[in-house]
Amino acid sequence: MVTDHPETFHNQGPTTVNRMADLTMPLTPAAGLFTANEAKVTARDVTVHYGEKQALFGVSIDIPERSVTAFIGPSGCGKSTFLRCINRMNDTIPICRVAGEIRIDGADIYDRRLDPVLLRARVGMVFQKPNPFPKSIYENVAYGPRIHGTTTSRQELDEVVETSLRKAGLWDEVKDRLDQPGTGLSGGQQQRLCIARAIAVGPEVILMDEPCSALDPIATARIEELIFELARNFTIVIVTHSMQQAARVSQQTAFFHLGHLVEYGATEQIFTAPSDTRTQDYITGRFG
Amino acid sequence: MTDAALDPGAVRAIDLASDASRARLRRRYRAEARFRAYGIAALAVAGLFLVLLVGDIVIKGLPAFTESRVTLTVTPQLSQVSTDGTTGADALRGGDYAAPLRASLQELFPEVTSRQDRRRLFFEILSGGAGDDLRRRIMADPGLIGRPVTVSALLDDSADMYLKGRLTGRVERTGRGTLAISGATGDVTLDSPGAFRDTLATIKKALRDEAAAIEAAAGRVAQRLEALPVGDPRRATAQAGVDADRSRAAALRARAAAPEAPEVLGTDTPSELVAVNGGIVKLTSIGPSQAQGRVLVPLGTAGTVSEGAWRTITLLQPEGSRRLTDQHIAWLEDMRAEGLVTRHFATRFFTSGDSREPELAGLLGGLVGSLLTMFVTLVLCLPTGVAAAIYLEEFAPKNRITDLIEVNINNLAAVPSIVFGLLGLAVFLNFFGLPRSAPLVGGLVLALLVLPTIIIASRAALKAVPPSIREAALGVGASHQQAVFHHVLPMAMPGILTGTIIGMAHALGETAPLLLIGMVAFIVDTPQSVTQAATALPVQIYLWSDLPEPAFQAKTAGAIIVLLVFLFVMNGLAVVLRRKFERRW
Amino acid sequence: MIALYFVLMAIVAVAAFTVGAARGRRLQAAGLRLHSLPAYHGLFLAALCTVPMMVAIAAWAPLAPRYVESSAIAALPEAARPTTGLERDARLREIVLSAEGRLTGPAAANVEAAGRAYLSAQTTSKTVLIIAGILAALAAFSWGLPRVSADFRARNRFETFTLVVLIACSAVAVLTTLGIVSSVLFETLRFFQRYPWWDFLFGLQWSPQTAIRADQVGASGSFGAVPLFVGTSLIMVIAMLVAGPIGLFSAIYMSEYATPRFRSLAKPLLEVLAGIPTVVFGFFAALTVAPFIRRAGEALGLSVASESALAAGLVMGVMIIPFVSSLSDDVINAVPQSLRDGSYAMGSTKAETIKRVILPAALPGIVSAFMLAISRAVGETMIVVMAAGLAGNLTFNPLEAVTTVTVQIKTLLTGDQEFDSAKTLSAFALGFVLFFFTLTLNVIALRIVRKYREQYD
Repeated sequence: MVTDHPETFHNQGPTTVNRMADLTMPLTPAAGLFTANEAKVTARDVTVHYGEKQALFGVSIDIPERSVTAFIGPSGCGKSTFLRCINRMNDTIPICRVAGEIRIDGADIYDRRLDPVLLRARVGMVFQKPNPFPKSIYENVAYGPRIHGTTTSRQELDEVVETSLRKAGLWDEVKDRLDQPGTGLSGGQQQRLCIARAIAVGPEVILMDEPCSALDPIATARIEELIFELARNFTIVIVTHSMQQAARVSQQTAFFHLGHLVEYGATEQIFTAPSDTRTQDYITGRFG
Repeated sequence: MTDAALDPGAVRAIDLASDASRARLRRRYRAEARFRAYGIAALAVAGLFLVLLVGDIVIKGLPAFTESRVTLTVTPQLSQVSTDGTTGADALRGGDYAAPLRASLQELFPEVTSRQDRRRLFFEILSGGAGDDLRRRIMADPGLIGRPVTVSALLDDSADMYLKGRLTGRVERTGRGTLAISGATGDVTLDSPGAFRDTLATIKKALRDEAAAIEAAAGRVAQRLEALPVGDPRRATAQAGVDADRSRAAALRARAAAPEAPEVLGTDTPSELVAVNGGIVKLTSIGPSQAQGRVLVPLGTAGTVSEGAWRTITLLQPEGSRRLTDQHIAWLEDMRAEGLVTRHFATRFFTSGDSREPELAGLLGGLVGSLLTMFVTLVLCLPTGVAAAIYLEEFAPKNRITDLIEVNINNLAAVPSIVFGLLGLAVFLNFFGLPRSAPLVGGLVLALLVLPTIIIASRAALKAVPPSIREAALGVGASHQQAVFHHVLPMAMPGILTGTIIGMAHALGETAPLLLIGMVAFIVDTPQSVTQAATALPVQIYLWSDLPEPAFQAKTAGAIIVLLVFLFVMNGLAVVLRRKFERRW
Repeated sequence: MIALYFVLMAIVAVAAFTVGAARGRRLQAAGLRLHSLPAYHGLFLAALCTVPMMVAIAAWAPLAPRYVESSAIAALPEAARPTTGLERDARLREIVLSAEGRLTGPAAANVEAAGRAYLSAQTTSKTVLIIAGILAALAAFSWGLPRVSADFRARNRFETFTLVVLIACSAVAVLTTLGIVSSVLFETLRFFQRYPWWDFLFGLQWSPQTAIRADQVGASGSFGAVPLFVGTSLIMVIAMLVAGPIGLFSAIYMSEYATPRFRSLAKPLLEVLAGIPTVVFGFFAALTVAPFIRRAGEALGLSVASESALAAGLVMGVMIIPFVSSLSDDVINAVPQSLRDGSYAMGSTKAETIKRVILPAALPGIVSAFMLAISRAVGETMIVVMAAGLAGNLTFNPLEAVTTVTVQIKTLLTGDQEFDSAKTLSAFALGFVLFFFTLTLNVIALRIVRKYREQYD
């Protein structure tokens, strides 16, 4: 099914050229570092323009499955932009153009034949500010299974809702008030509800765009714990402003600066022995 | 968090490859396309309606902008145009200027002698105001009296509408074959082999259609009849009616079934006129090759004319259901054939007041009334509205009273306009005793009506001025009022004016409150001041729309076109103003 | 002469300004340091002198006609004086026409005399006004002029005055509301003194023709307004059935699907529709849509009244489409982008996002948009005056003619009428119902919108 979203601006001129180049291009140092887990998401030479302004410059990266990968960097460095490329959320911004190649399990997600609706069912996303729908807690979680038709009976749906809420660590807090509005929960609970909502669709990858930036430290700790748990089953990519958070939850860390992927490697290595001076400066707090 | 729920299989992933999944996705996209189509359809309906509305009004209204006249050569006699035989202005003003026109028409149709026909020719073809132009010319130059003068005399509204093709459908055909006519006047016989066959077939078809319609109606009655209880006296009467209708339909069908049998043309069938040899014959009965007729305009000669030298005119609307008889139309056709009928731009539509005669009625009274009303509205509501906006936006303390005023303004904007009419009637007319029907009261009421709009627009414009401007002025020691009046207000002025123009456009089209304060009277004179009785453009539209003459329908639509042009210009001006002064601070 | 008064007021203002400013300048020239600029002294004086003149004319305006009329009536001989209100109105009209020389036919001698009395009373009242105005202005001037001195705070005084003017202008809106409420309320109460309110609100028969003479047939009118309420609701429901879906879907398409280019084309289209005066819609409804519906109905074998509720309702529906769509557009745009993102990120299509997330979130706003549209439909006059009927049929059949509240108000109050009759007063009672119904809808709707906006701000 070919999507007819008018906002889809990929696969225009330059992309073809980039594809051709891909075959012969040597991998950047960032790519192919990890052998422990197989690469779930592979990106090659991804560039993004917002109108005239270029926001990303040739990002290539391999993200291993069932682990947590953190993107760090100063504001406006392109980390969120890149994150939104992975589930094609940038399609909803009319002036945004994406070139390059991103593959999930080897399949090009910017392929013209690929439907962003199905892609987003496989790649869930959690946003900076908790954004529960103005519906009941139950309906928030049930929304995904309902639109995708993954469940056939009410009983099945109940199960999915419960499992998702359990996985998001929210079940015990809300099981008695599933019919109350999701917007009535506290900030941390709302964010866990959004995570449950994402899980309910059964994604393989979960993208998190600064999921804790609007939360207090205690709620943040709960979410971090949750992320750690979720990494057993899901591939998680998290954008964060907090280096401590990156250090606490992630196995790999990528440092973005001014639209470039500067350095990518095991979290321990990035935080203890960065190879690039810009990374060094950022981690030690010289800028950012 | 290490319970069984964390089993990776517990939340199933979507199987994207299965047939069921594909089918579901197709369904979802179909729903998407459908939903989108509803949106387009909704906009299309709105657009279509707009096109229909404007198209309908333009088509109906265009005839209002032209008028038909007949060119006559007249010799005005002093005895006709002067009341006392002198050429003094008063004597000439009272003269009968239609008399010379009538004499000239009589020369054109000397055969018109009967009282009824003369009345038709003189008073139903010519307008009641046909002599006005002649009066003007003779009063300007009395030397024209007694000399032949060529005048272009205004035609009556029905004649005008006929000539514009609005009174009845009209089909003109060139005659096929030769035509032999038995006489030049009176009842005549027309012979032409096969020439009337098509017309006859059309009439037969009309008979069949009518029979079918009667049968259908009778069938419906018969059906309803079944529902009545047996023995109900209404049953018998209704049954009799049904039977009568059915036999009438059968008779019609029998007539229709005989293709060669002649048919009589009456006042309930379309009329057939034959124009030949400079005259016009109306057919009274018609067969395939022969027809009987009556001469309406005498022919030059009788005898045989060749193919192509004669034509037939079919008037689709039956004579019984239109305002002009075939005789009227024959005269008009004759004058048109002689090139006497001309079409002119109707300047009168803009330069004269209302009239009971459609061809003489004009918009001037309404236009001037609207202008005066708008003047009063603008003078009252612009300063008041701007002052209120300045107070609320710049000076008002945030307390319950200002809150109340704000809520009040928002609600006032949504009060039905007719309620403002009640206010005007009770307060301005009955309490203050202001004159009824006057633009002054209309302007007052409309000012109150658009005040909320102007306050809201002005506040938005004031709010858009950045605080830095205000602070800069205060910084150099200006008082708060000086800062507002010297700096903020001038910068907000384009926005305020835009809002004002839009509000005034709204007021210009407003009708209901004006009806209640009595601006609905029939007023011929153009108002000279804001206290004289007047009407307004939209009220004029309302008044005309109520009149039965088709010509007034055209006038109504024409007046609507004028009103819409005004509104279009005003709104266009607002857009231009907004574009020109749109500033991004 | 009233124009003369205003001219006089302008002259007084200019003169006072000139004198005040000149005096200020003289003080300045004498080397004094003024607290306020000379112009402010002028402005202060001008304001001081014109205000009493304004007060004078404001007091005069409601009093003068009463004085003039009663003098004219008093000039009539005892026997010819009117006894009823209706008679008084008719007599006054005659007198005024005679006074202005517009009476067709010869006037009775006493009427002519009364006409002269009318004119002289008019002259007297206007002369009194002008003299009073001038005296008031002079008094104010002579009080104010000595105050112009170096340390007189003219600017502050004038700014206080300006502020009072600004507040007064803001109060006009409140006064308008009070005027509406009092004008409909008092007449309504008078109506209910003659006619029981429960019969008005719940009566099923509407035939407001009251007889002028007691011996006429059908002497007492019947003012049961239920047929009007039903007729109004019927037309409103038809209108909303048209405007609701079309307006809402237009708004959804414009805010969620349309490209900026398409929006820039479609938005003016709706604005044009909104700018067309209702009298134009009325003309279209009465002369094009109603005959069309009638013919279409006849072709289907239905009997359709020539002034069917359907025609008026359809056209009114089209009239309020832009209203519904622009209000809905606003509330849909107020739904935060994060909710849309949340829905898209789960792989929902646009339609699913709109139906399941945006519309439920925007629901309160949409409900209030519909309420405002209903209030607009109920209060609309010209379309129904021109395209709906006059007879108070109690029916729910859209193919029959019904009448509405606004039609009856217009019908009862146009043409010559006695101000005090039950027939006229009933129009105010209808206006009262109309005003409070629409006001309630508006207040509720505006409150919902306000709450809704706060929720997403």
